[in-house]
Amino acid sequence: MPRTLHPIAWWIWALGLATACSRTTNPLLLALIVGVLGLVVASRRSEAPWARAFKYYLALALVVVVIRVVFRSLFGGSVDLASVHVLFTLPHLPLPSWAAGIQLGGAVTVEGTLGALYDGLRLGVLLCCLGAANSLANPKRALRVLPGALYELGVAVVVSLSVAPQLVESVQRVRRARRLRGDASAGRHALRSIAIPVLEDALERSLRLASAMDSRGYGRTGTASPRDRRVTGVLMIGGMGGLCAGAYGLLDASAPGLLGLPALVAGAVLCCVGLALGGRRVHRTQYRPDPWKLPEWLVVASGLVPAAVLVAAVGNGVVALNPSTDPLVWPSLPVVPAVGILIAALAGVVSPPPVRPAPASSRNAPVPSVSSAEPVASAGTAPPVEVPA
Amino acid sequence: MIEFHQVTVTYAESDAPVLRNVDLRIDEGELALVVGRTGVGKSTFLGAVNGLVPHFTGGTLAGRVVVAGRDTRTHKPRELADVVGVVGQDPLSGFVTDTVEEELAYGMEQLAVPADVMRKRVEETLDLLGIAELRDRPLHQLSGGQQQRVAIGSVMTAHPAVLVLDEPTSALDPTAAEEVLAAVTRLVHDLGVTVVLAEHRLERVVQYADRLIEVHHDGTVSEGDPAAMMATAAVAPPVVELGRLAGWSPLPLSVRDARRRAGPLRQQVADRPRPVRRPPTVRPARLSLRARGVTVRYGPVTAVRGVDLDLQAGQVTALMGRNGSGKSSLLWAVQGSGPRQGGSVEVDGEDPGSLPPTRARARVGLVPQTPADLLYLDTVAQELDQADRESGGVSPVSARDLLDRLTPGIADRSHPRDLSEGQRLSLVLAVQLAAAPTVVLLDEPTRGLDYPAKRSLTGIVEVLAAEGRAVVIATHDVEFVAATADRVVVMAVGDIVADGPTAEVVVASPAFAPQVAKVLAPLEYLTVDQVRVAVGREAS
Repeated sequence: MPRTLHPIAWWIWALGLATACSRTTNPLLLALIVGVLGLVVASRRSEAPWARAFKYYLALALVVVVIRVVFRSLFGGSVDLASVHVLFTLPHLPLPSWAAGIQLGGAVTVEGTLGALYDGLRLGVLLCCLGAANSLANPKRALRVLPGALYELGVAVVVSLSVAPQLVESVQRVRRARRLRGDASAGRHALRSIAIPVLEDALERSLRLASAMDSRGYGRTGTASPRDRRVTGVLMIGGMGGLCAGAYGLLDASAPGLLGLPALVAGAVLCCVGLALGGRRVHRTQYRPDPWKLPEWLVVASGLVPAAVLVAAVGNGVVALNPSTDPLVWPSLPVVPAVGILIAALAGVVSPPPVRPAPASSRNAPVPSVSSAEPVASAGTAPPVEVPA
Repeated sequence: MIEFHQVTVTYAESDAPVLRNVDLRIDEGELALVVGRTGVGKSTFLGAVNGLVPHFTGGTLAGRVVVAGRDTRTHKPRELADVVGVVGQDPLSGFVTDTVEEELAYGMEQLAVPADVMRKRVEETLDLLGIAELRDRPLHQLSGGQQQRVAIGSVMTAHPAVLVLDEPTSALDPTAAEEVLAAVTRLVHDLGVTVVLAEHRLERVVQYADRLIEVHHDGTVSEGDPAAMMATAAVAPPVVELGRLAGWSPLPLSVRDARRRAGPLRQQVADRPRPVRRPPTVRPARLSLRARGVTVRYGPVTAVRGVDLDLQAGQVTALMGRNGSGKSSLLWAVQGSGPRQGGSVEVDGEDPGSLPPTRARARVGLVPQTPADLLYLDTVAQELDQADRESGGVSPVSARDLLDRLTPGIADRSHPRDLSEGQRLSLVLAVQLAAAPTVVLLDEPTRGLDYPAKRSLTGIVEVLAAEGRAVVIATHDVEFVAATADRVVVMAVGDIVADGPTAEVVVASPAFAPQVAKVLAPLEYLTVDQVRVAVGREAS
């Protein structure tokens, strides 16, 4: 039966793959991860605008790789390595003595470039994992599962998400209006004539939204004393610190062991206590909450398998995970990690297909063109799209 | 249900109170209509009902407002959310979520209504307001009337005893307004909800009101039975003015009441000569603008489909049609600033679309739907100076003189944002007229204007026409069209479906006929003034 999978399940799945890819620089394994991500996104994303995000993350990943390689060539040119294959030589700029250790220009080697490429690939694939989570899970629904104590934060994020397209629309409208005045100037004057109406508009809109939310009961207070609030704050900040340290420890294999799992667990515990305490002051219910059933468990499991396999492989010292670039060798494909990564692709089968909108509905019209279908897309200027009978 | 005890509201920066010694009560199940000129404390009155005034807006409230036994002094708006539902003027800016169903549930989530009850109430509300087929639609894709009904639904799911509506139909076309008002009256009749409603377009709502609350300039408030109050009210819909003219008592509030009384009046004016509109001001007739095959597309949506339009010098044309029928797109395309995928436009032998903006605006001037988009300086004087510079001295009159002619008494030093809707419209109109355009286009100028402001806009438009300009007004306001336009063009889904003299087009149409035409049909009277002239002639 088509339904939306719980957003948290997708996030855990994607983070599992991210953990896996942080453990390897093997381009074959990384390519395999991108393939798995692409396969699952293609088969399980919905038609919503945010579901098209994956390709932008792919482009971003490419940019990251290119930047990494270019910077390495510019600044990392090595001059004193013995067994190197020089690709070409850039003019070498001598730097003053206080900048010792930084090279500008010099010989660009195959080894250095390849190493930068592997590093960049790893970072790029990490980004793709986040992109996959963002296009599979509705960001607003993901925020809805935030615990009560963080509810206000979630609302602030949701509201600012909806403000961005409104600002764009506002700017378009005002720019068009400026032409009506024959105002073709550029520079500071133009900035002023656009920024002031847009900002005034945005301010008025925010005030109206705030008053609407206030009159609809947003922020009704439950029972919490100031002392409770302080304790909650301390717990939350401590917990967040633990989580950050733990995540860093887990993702960076060279960090001391204590910084990894133990810090993560301690942080999580502190956060949970803080959230439970803070949640007491909010009384709210949720409309049609996303269920957590078997498909959610299966998706989470399929995402955690590659993470576990690669972490274990690092522990067992599987050399193929980080192919050597000095001396140059062809990367080989280690079998067990590859199978582990392929298991994550099962998420595309075990998760329910997303709900597709009814055919021939007006939703087929892309959102941006609709919101600009009339020059002034304020209230009451929806385009002539009608619901089919 | 709602009690005001000696309520006086004063805002921080002003010395005179907005509301003064208001003492009244609104009983359960009543529909109370709040009327008054623009700028009097109507919105303040509505805000005081759920405590937005003074908790959210600031200012000082003396006296007591009690709603369903709760004092707004001790209860903030959010703590009154379960008894008072508020819908603002622009529903879109009050939406928190993205889809209809989530929006309906939002208020209940805040009130911690159990999940199964929420599910049931959402379904009930979808049916109650006739929006069930919209449940999954994104909110910004809805039409104005649908948005307004969703906004009402989103507060009704909390089962409030009181519903407060601020100008619910001001942005809507006549048909969408009927839908919204039908939904509101259904709530009053079937569920016994108490409704407090402010509206400029009295002709749409006054017949549904059980009680009229008039807010005066000095902040005092008078209230009473609508028919009795209407005899002396400063603002009155055409049907009431007709009743006053004919001396009917009690005054009719609806077209139906008036029509049943109007038999003698119809006979009296039947043998009078057909009411004439003012004679054409430019003779011989001269073409100001010639548009052929104008087409506007936005992605897959075609907003204007090959429209032909001729505008005569000195003629006032009203452009009517549903929300989203392509009126604005046509105006922008004709002006040259908006997109135009096909067709040609010719003004004085040139296409404004191919001219640079400074010269295009000397041919065609457009006042957009949100006039404030054109204003960005700190004072009225700066805006007017800037306008003179922009027009490059082509106009013999300065923008300041134009503004004084349109609306005298706007101080140089006032900030454009502080002006009333009508004053701001005049300011933007003066800015645009400084370029001395041959054709003047006004997009929805009557939004937020009260009857006197609309009358003065009619006067301004007549002056523009008398100067030999062609004027086009896109509007939903049938009464304004009846009083102002020589010709009516009706658009539907991008096509022109009717085009002709005002009387011919509007008298036959159920949606676009003004009240006087409905009362006196089949006679072609459109305004009370025409009837007054006819009756006056009879007397002399």
